Amino acid sequence: MKAVETIVIGCSTGGPGALARLLGALDHRLPASVVVCSHAASSPHTLCQLLAQHSTLPVIEACEREPVRGGMVQVAPPDYHLLIERGRRFALSIDEPVGFSRPSIDVLFSSAAEAYGAGLIAVILTGANADGAAGLACVRRAGGVAIVQQPDDAAAPAMPRAALELAGADHCLTLDEMAPLINRLCMT
Amino acid sequence: MNPVALNLSGIDPELDDIELNLFVSAMRQRHGYDFAQYAPASLKRRVYQLVEQHHTTNISTLTGRLLHDPTFLPQVLEGLSVPVSDMFRDPPVFRALREQVLPALSVHPRITIWQAGCARGQEIYSLAILLEEAGLYDRCQIYATDFNDAALRQAREGIYPAREAQAWSRNYQAAGGTCSLADYYSARYDFIKLDQRLRRNVVFADHNLVTDAVFCEAQLVLCRNVLIYFSNPLQNRVLAMFRDSLLPGGFLCLGLRENLALAPAARDFEALDSSLRLFRRCPEPVHDHEGG
Ligand SMILES: C[S@@+](CC[C@H](N)C(=O)[O-])C[C@H]1O[C@@H](n2cnc3c(N)ncnc32)[C@H](O)[C@@H]1O
Repeated sequence: MKAVETIVIGCSTGGPGALARLLGALDHRLPASVVVCSHAASSPHTLCQLLAQHSTLPVIEACEREPVRGGMVQVAPPDYHLLIERGRRFALSIDEPVGFSRPSIDVLFSSAAEAYGAGLIAVILTGANADGAAGLACVRRAGGVAIVQQPDDAAAPAMPRAALELAGADHCLTLDEMAPLINRLCMT
Repeated sequence: MNPVALNLSGIDPELDDIELNLFVSAMRQRHGYDFAQYAPASLKRRVYQLVEQHHTTNISTLTGRLLHDPTFLPQVLEGLSVPVSDMFRDPPVFRALREQVLPALSVHPRITIWQAGCARGQEIYSLAILLEEAGLYDRCQIYATDFNDAALRQAREGIYPAREAQAWSRNYQAAGGTCSLADYYSARYDFIKLDQRLRRNVVFADHNLVTDAVFCEAQLVLCRNVLIYFSNPLQNRVLAMFRDSLLPGGFLCLGLRENLALAPAARDFEALDSSLRLFRRCPEPVHDHEGG
């Protein structure tokens, strides 16, 4: 199996809480990069700060043209789409929102799928819309691993449900089951 | 609703690259538009959007039509150019223009301003309002340029969907507006039309940042959220063009999340407010050994 280079995570309603729990349980020696796309309405600084309080890895806002860094959590800035170039650097765009969302999880996931192919894990957490489903399908098509939160376990089940319907998943888990699996996939 | 443009990507990336390169060559060789140095991920996404919009089966079909159907180019340009904008987007930036930049410009008897990538004109009307309220407008010559002619036409008209008005009014207030945005437009049915007096000193012109040259000496260059679409070498080249268009001490205003760390031309600018991406062109370089 190809080593995991990057983990992309998408969420909206209920996202900050779920992210805090997931990031708090990741192995602090994780070599992979973690990239987060959340629609949650709270201000960007608040989200980064909140996540930094819980995450085992350092948390920063993703910056255009900078490399996607291993061992770090990088959060999409508000009101831009975040993409990953094949050269493993971040790019931003202010193209129209996709289904009312900017940043769009679909946009991040599909670009990451092209950049990393099978070296990618994509995670869909709680959310009240269908963003991320099409992106998750791209990830799976390119050979990446899809992890979706069990809808019953999610504060808002619509996003995981849409992802399961359109893309399916390699693993459909509760929030608390995710970090151990990700640690295992990345640390071996 | 814009198409999702995802169904096609990722099936065969190598083939995609070949097709995308051919498309870019066709745009350049047949129509003179050079997208070779645009940031690849978002360019590709927009080309896929075109494929879906026009129900072609793949990029090559799109390229064929681009070469053989002379009416097709404007639609492709519209799709590639992303003329997305708002009035007073990022209010703190417009507040800083109002409170820090305009007072500094007011010492000049004539003021030249260039906005590059003006899209449908939302920011140029925003700037015009700031200049009017500062009593500087009549001293200004303003150039608003873009390479999207359809967007330029709409910019001249200044007509926008009425549903935007509320958010734009809030932005205007948050940017330190002293009147009401409604004082500057008339509303009719589902549209608002900006007061056309706001563009009496504005020249809207077609200018391509990739292929066209410096054309003015400005005290302020505004170019927000355009360089994010360019690869590093093109970003640097356009930044150098802004430097050469600015008088020493002139102001440069970029988009809120733009990163100049990899552009050597950034050394010719100093930050006025780095978090707002407001810069000044450094004075002409002074030799280190000069003086005592
Ligand atoms: C996303 S809009 C930015 C609008 C506005 N400045 C803002 O930030 O809200 C980008 C604009 O840049 C223009 N643009 C892109 N490439 C260009 C080029 N090579 N020359 C001139 N304009 C270009 C596009 O046509 C589009 O209108």
